[in-house]
Amino acid sequence: MSAVGDVLREADPERIAQLESLWRTPRTVAAWLAVVDHKKLGIRYVITSFVFFAAGGIEAAIMRAQLARPDLRLVTPDAFNQLFTMHGTTMMFLFIQPVLSGFSFYLVPLMIGARELAYPRLNNFSYYAFLLAGLLMYASFLVGQAPNAGWFNYAPLTGPLFNSGINIDFYTLGLLFLGISTTVGAINVIVTILTMRAPGMSIDRMPLLLWSSLTMSVLVVFAMPALTVALVMLTLVRHWNFVFFDPRFGGSPLLWQHLFWIFGHPWVYIAFLPATGMLSMIIPTFSRRPMVGHSFIALATVMTGLIGFGVWVHHMFATGLPQLSISFFSAASMTVSIPSAIQIIAWIVTMWHGRVVFATPLLFAIAFIVQFVIGGISGVMTAVVPFDWQATDTYFVVAHIHYVLAGGTLFGVLAAIHYWYPKMFGYMMSERIGKVGFWLSFIGFNVGFFPMHIAGLLGMSRRVYTYPSGFGLDASNLTSTIGVYVFALGLIVMLWNAVQSRIAGVPAGPNPWGASTLEWATASPPDHFNFARIPVVVSREPLWDDGVLPGPAFDAARLSPRTSVLDAELEQDILMPHENLMTVVASLAMLATFATLLLRWNWAAAACGIVTLLSVARWMWPLSTRVMEAEA
Amino acid sequence: MTAPAYRDSRLLPPARIAHREVGYWAMVLFCITEAMLFAYLLSSYFYLGVSNAFWPPAGVERPTLEKPLFMTACLVSSSIVLFFSERARERGNKSRYLIGLVVTILLGLGFLVLMGLEYREKLQHMPPRAHAYASIFYLITGFHGSHVAFGLLMLCWTGFADLRGRLSVESPLAVKNSAFYWHFVDAVWIVILTCLYLSPRWY
Repeated sequence: MSAVGDVLREADPERIAQLESLWRTPRTVAAWLAVVDHKKLGIRYVITSFVFFAAGGIEAAIMRAQLARPDLRLVTPDAFNQLFTMHGTTMMFLFIQPVLSGFSFYLVPLMIGARELAYPRLNNFSYYAFLLAGLLMYASFLVGQAPNAGWFNYAPLTGPLFNSGINIDFYTLGLLFLGISTTVGAINVIVTILTMRAPGMSIDRMPLLLWSSLTMSVLVVFAMPALTVALVMLTLVRHWNFVFFDPRFGGSPLLWQHLFWIFGHPWVYIAFLPATGMLSMIIPTFSRRPMVGHSFIALATVMTGLIGFGVWVHHMFATGLPQLSISFFSAASMTVSIPSAIQIIAWIVTMWHGRVVFATPLLFAIAFIVQFVIGGISGVMTAVVPFDWQATDTYFVVAHIHYVLAGGTLFGVLAAIHYWYPKMFGYMMSERIGKVGFWLSFIGFNVGFFPMHIAGLLGMSRRVYTYPSGFGLDASNLTSTIGVYVFALGLIVMLWNAVQSRIAGVPAGPNPWGASTLEWATASPPDHFNFARIPVVVSREPLWDDGVLPGPAFDAARLSPRTSVLDAELEQDILMPHENLMTVVASLAMLATFATLLLRWNWAAAACGIVTLLSVARWMWPLSTRVMEAEA
Repeated sequence: MTAPAYRDSRLLPPARIAHREVGYWAMVLFCITEAMLFAYLLSSYFYLGVSNAFWPPAGVERPTLEKPLFMTACLVSSSIVLFFSERARERGNKSRYLIGLVVTILLGLGFLVLMGLEYREKLQHMPPRAHAYASIFYLITGFHGSHVAFGLLMLCWTGFADLRGRLSVESPLAVKNSAFYWHFVDAVWIVILTCLYLSPRWY
């Protein structure tokens, strides 16, 4: 096994002690709360989003129990509405995107040879804003009034006329809060990738996961405001009787749908592209050869992101829009399959020409490919307008979205967990238990979700709490329920594997898989300072072809290099900030702002908003120039 | 014949390439996402416009131009003042910078006062719940007004930090960022003026 990464490790204990003292998080409660270490926050992000995943999974399990037999009455229709709404909202907003972001926050600095993200304090704020926004939305269950209008929350059903409780307010205000976290997190990733890559890691040497993280983050910056606008409009409608969506006053119900899907379709690529990037890291490692078509994959990733902005109307084919616009969006939706196909073919060819090692992460990656192809094909089918008219709002669409986002993204994330777990925690996961977990979840997933295609084609509508017997739906629904429970069992086995490997696993060593990228040059788990010396990169697979040299020390202060955007030439050093409790205060004050707004205590909300601004002002307050000189 | 002294390249030190600080990019990306926000807002305005037979709807006057033009004058001149005061700061003339900053803030406040007067007048015969036109009008202008207020807070923060000696002369990131945001908010106003106040006169 190559030990190229060893050149970056430090033998001199004095230097290590110095770097440790600079970068270690102090052992105090305040520092634990205000932690800025991207590795700690990344892991917190991943674990928190998996807790939300468990909540969304429990909601799904209840729904599948209700749908196991026709005409069951396990839950009331109203409770069912709340369950499917929170299931969708949780999985889309509190699980998939945050877990992918969490991996980005953890991996990006390690992969580019940096010691931190560009804005460490902002990263702390973005974590708490995510956590608190999720808790705010879940507080709705405590008062028994969870959002109940589906994860895309169509107006006018969500207006005060049809939905007078506070259910929808949890959705609008929770997502507005979460949107702030998502946006600042995306900005953090973009700037880190563009300006902090190790010297020599020019843009054509960037690992493919960075391309997909970058594309995803750019999509967030451009698409998120559409959701913000829609949510602000809905809040004004619900709280102050504005009339954006009411046709009696010149409003348009379709305005919500347009705004939501202008955001929503890029969002499903946001929830999907980073998983393709993970595959492009995992497949070459276990095929023991570089990725085929590296540049094409990078371009295809960016193309998917771009085309993703031009397809939103395919969610609205059944709303009676003009023929011409429908045709345009139908064509655009089919075009998306081209860049996706490029990626899939490149993965397959890489394995074809490689010497494949069937470790658990690769099994998940192969399952991703199989399931994503099925989901992609049903996607192209629904891009065909007449077919969409038949399939819209049926379980066919439910099957499609789950094949893409669960069969695709979730399996990609599970592959990533098995792949980077040794790096994050320093221990190998058990391969034996890992394979049991894989086969249970792979079989369970397909048994659970494939029959939904058939139920959908037979006309079973989504979002309805039950179905009558004698319509040929009984068998497929029972099969789905059984499959989903097997899937859940597989996930529990994986959780057990993660927990027991942390206690009784084999120490991993820096590079257990013999992978090629920079994060495997660090210790497992990485030191607080990531790299004792800043690496200088001279190739695309630095650990495979001796492509990394020890660079500058950067140990006079908390420093990380800043390099030029395209060529990654060393330009200056950046002084990284310490913990600051104000990031936590700001997120708590922001929670108070949204919570009081939810209760319609507008003056209290204004006061909390001012506290938020003050805490941000305090957080941004510069060190005196004297202190800065002393530090630098 | 000898070249004049100022042509002698050895007499001038080579300038450092102007590196953008990492914090600068945060402001650029923040403004991009804000620009998208206003793009979606204005698209919604025109979307509602084409969904209605008359826009502004029957019974609603086209918006008058006196106050908006004064408001525009406030913002445009404030941007110019801020630009030159920032230049003064770069040359080390801190008092001129602070005077310029105060003038900028006063002009921004003038904008907000005029906006308040316009709201008071409009709200009497066009409450936001009267029509989708009114709703979107107040939403867009209100959003922009709050951005102006936020920009003013940022400028105040910067001036205060500078007075307390917290901002160095050579890397005035906070100064640059707050100015960038202020120019951005002004540019957005020009677009809003064109869409909400001028465009109804063209159709």
